[in-house]
Amino acid sequence: MSKSNDSGRRDFLKKAVVASSVTVAPGVILHTLQAQAEPRTTPVTDKVRWGMLIDTSKCAEGCKDCVEACNKENGLDLVDKPEGASEELWERQRPHWIRQVKLKDNMTGMLTNLVMMCQHCEHPPCVDVCPTGASFKRVDGIVMVDRHICIGCRYCMMACPYKARSFIHADVAAKLTHTPRGKGCVESCNFCVHRLDNGQTTTACQDACKHQAIVFGDLKDPESPVSKALKKYPSVQIRADLKLNTGVRYTNI
Amino acid sequence: MTGKSSITLPAILVSSLWLGTVSAGEAVEGTAKADKLKSCVEPTEVMRRDHFEFIKHQRDLAVHQGIRGSKHSLAGCVDCHARKDAEGKPVPVNAEGQFCDSCHDYAAVHIDCFSCHSTVPGEK
Repeated sequence: MSKSNDSGRRDFLKKAVVASSVTVAPGVILHTLQAQAEPRTTPVTDKVRWGMLIDTSKCAEGCKDCVEACNKENGLDLVDKPEGASEELWERQRPHWIRQVKLKDNMTGMLTNLVMMCQHCEHPPCVDVCPTGASFKRVDGIVMVDRHICIGCRYCMMACPYKARSFIHADVAAKLTHTPRGKGCVESCNFCVHRLDNGQTTTACQDACKHQAIVFGDLKDPESPVSKALKKYPSVQIRADLKLNTGVRYTNI
Repeated sequence: MTGKSSITLPAILVSSLWLGTVSAGEAVEGTAKADKLKSCVEPTEVMRRDHFEFIKHQRDLAVHQGIRGSKHSLAGCVDCHARKDAEGKPVPVNAEGQFCDSCHDYAAVHIDCFSCHSTVPGEK
């Protein structure tokens, strides 16, 4: 009797050990996933909010590294000028996920360079106006377009205060597996979501920036580089008056 | 007007050659990964009937919940079913007579997957 009791106790302990290793596992698995860059198998959660801090004082005049890296990563360089479109029209309408903006203080003449992309608002106006639900905010804070549902009405482009969205006007011959793209849909920066979902933790623009002007990470993790930088330096949201609580913040403007 | 269109047509042909992936040669049988396998991710009968249900369900999980490592995916279809030409270049799965096209053409199904999605396996 005592023997069987003992074995029962041993079994229980074994199970307890297994159970505890399971509870430890999420953190452990997360690390191995990041190391091996395995694709996600569980839904994203709101325990993470992806965000970015851009230091405009480091953003160098004439440097296009982030824009070029973004274009390459997301296949924007594969989009050709529609047949019959003028060069001027194409320059105005070609898709951009990152836009380079120059600010001039008319009083002092001081110039500031900054990069402008989807600001990944907590309360995104593009999502408010979308009639089909194609424009949506993922629970981890990434504002995206579900092209399966997008009807190409472009209300979101009108609603966005940051001019972050682009429309694809013509058929696209070459596209990347991880960034599908076709005529009649709106698109914008998605923080390289295919990278994040495959276990990576950086964006293409951040990796490309040799001036380290871009810090990317989880705003809800106080230990992440972006949270630490936000805590250390004064930062602003562009058009903070709109109370959108943007996920992209700027310093030195 | 005719002069202009005669310039544009060669331009299109040249640009499609440049893209490489678009202008693969004749597909060689047995060069797709799927050619060497007995069955797909589900039994063949199930795949024939329900492949679109699988990928339609999966696309929502991928886009909205970020689940990328699932068994069913359009990228998986393309990766496995695209054949190669004699030079080893992948042939689009929706090209005439290729895996997706041969059946959809027979069944008179017109789908929009490939107006946005890549028709050749992705770069690894």
